[in-house]
Amino acid sequence: MKHTDTGRILRRETAITLLLYLLFFAWWYITAYCTESDPSKYRYIFGFPRWFFLSCIAGYVGISALLWLCVKFFFTDVPFDGEDESDE
Amino acid sequence: MNNMFFPLVCYLLLVLGIAVWGSRKSEKSGDADSFMKEYFIGGRSMGGLVLAMSIITAYTSASSFIGGPGVAYNAGLGWILLSMIQVPTAFLTLGVLGKRFAIISRRTNAVTITDFLRARYNSDTVVILSSAALLVFFMASMLAQFIGGARLFESITGYSYRTGLIIFGITVILYTTVGGFRAVVLTDLIQGFMMLIASFAVLFAVSKAGGGVAKIMDTLYKTDPALLTPYGAGNAIPLPYMLSFWVLVGFGILGLPQTTQKCLGFKNSRSLHRAMVIGTLAVGFPMLAMHLAGAMGRAVMPGIEIGDLAISTLTVKLMPPFWAGIFIAGPLAAIMSTIDSMLIMCSAAIVKDLYFHYAAKNDASRVTPASLRRMSFSVTAFIGIIVFFAAMQPPALLVWINLFAFGGLEAVFFCPILFGLYWRKANASGAVLSMLTGCAAFFFFTITKVSVCGTTAIVPSLSVSVIAFVLGSLFAKAEDETLLKNFDF
Repeated sequence: MKHTDTGRILRRETAITLLLYLLFFAWWYITAYCTESDPSKYRYIFGFPRWFFLSCIAGYVGISALLWLCVKFFFTDVPFDGEDESDE
Repeated sequence: MNNMFFPLVCYLLLVLGIAVWGSRKSEKSGDADSFMKEYFIGGRSMGGLVLAMSIITAYTSASSFIGGPGVAYNAGLGWILLSMIQVPTAFLTLGVLGKRFAIISRRTNAVTITDFLRARYNSDTVVILSSAALLVFFMASMLAQFIGGARLFESITGYSYRTGLIIFGITVILYTTVGGFRAVVLTDLIQGFMMLIASFAVLFAVSKAGGGVAKIMDTLYKTDPALLTPYGAGNAIPLPYMLSFWVLVGFGILGLPQTTQKCLGFKNSRSLHRAMVIGTLAVGFPMLAMHLAGAMGRAVMPGIEIGDLAISTLTVKLMPPFWAGIFIAGPLAAIMSTIDSMLIMCSAAIVKDLYFHYAAKNDASRVTPASLRRMSFSVTAFIGIIVFFAAMQPPALLVWINLFAFGGLEAVFFCPILFGLYWRKANASGAVLSMLTGCAAFFFFTITKVSVCGTTAIVPSLSVSVIAFVLGSLFAKAEDETLLKNFDF
């Protein structure tokens, strides 16, 4: 019973991690390669080319924030020492 | 020049002091088994902040602080985009491997990655291959870091290569030997903060000297509009090349022993959760800041011919000497913190994985704690000293092997670790086959420069190792049920 519970938690957390990873990849790819292609027509945010600001700066800040939320709300404490229920 | 020497030496003394202070705790340990657990994995008592920093500092090396920004100097913003592929390193490693490793390593009493592989595959061949790959690739990498650090020291302070090597080489060997894993992670904490502060300071100095971001981007555009594109100046970073890095420094890092090994040191779930968030923040910032400083440096100080010198030249020219001396400690911190992690793991490979298992038959009562302790200290020091002397007169062979170290480690460890955790049918035949073919393929594709669809060597090599693993596992029978029980959830 306990083992299957831990198993379910671990599988869910692996899935969330991979989902976040794919999301970061998609954001990184789309903002960098599917927005503007001609440097002479670039728009700028805070002095940075828009694609760069979105993919490298916003992407980094965004994924960190999202990760923090996911860890806070979806990640569960599991005991590391098999039989020991307490987590301290 | 001498003005920079003083803060640097103070910093090294500080690191040394912290290591000695922090490792007092390891004085009292019971039998040989608990000594090894303490010396090689810090008694599994590490909190989130220290382990997060230890993971990212082991990962962040000379290439992130010197090599990478140097390329960004020449190629432009595209190379920063490439470096940002590494942002998820910490959370991917911990999210996919963290809890499973933490639990399994307690069930099987594993202290090293090799212990984990031994428990999973019950095969001497796997153990020998894993230890050999680890020792060879780590020693080559450490050598490269030593050389990078000494050259950096030389270019900043003006003292000789040899002096630099002696000063920082002895520091890192000494504290790793005396303090073991605990000293490694404690100093990594300081070094990690040093990296964060230094990268911020360098970025700030560069953007201030260039008159703000907008003006710098304008200058870069006038120099070469391609510097502002994802493809880089002269189309240096075509898309397939860029995407290859999602393997090499992307999900491939799940096979890097120097980062995955840290998963064995966590105290509890909460510290692991914290490490995911802190590690992601702390790996992204220096990457972004240092590479951005490199790319923008081109506008501020054009004409630096050797990319590797870009960061040190910018630091020295744009900062007052005293501060330059402090902030050059950033790259030095990145270098030392990579060396210490590898050094302690090399020592563990010899003492724990080979000596204790084979010579002492894995029986803690056969060796006295004192003798094992003496042995661990001398092995750590010995490996450090070998690499140190190699760095005095770098042997061509080791320098050459270093080119294969990062990808080679991934090609060897990626499949056995990942399939071992997630696939019940994974067995020793698959592991041996994938370790050998993956490594061989990586050497082949790197040397011959044969490119599959424009990708770099790691992509076909890792594919080969995955195929080899699956075939090997399917054609031989699964491992024993009693053994697999430890890996079930």
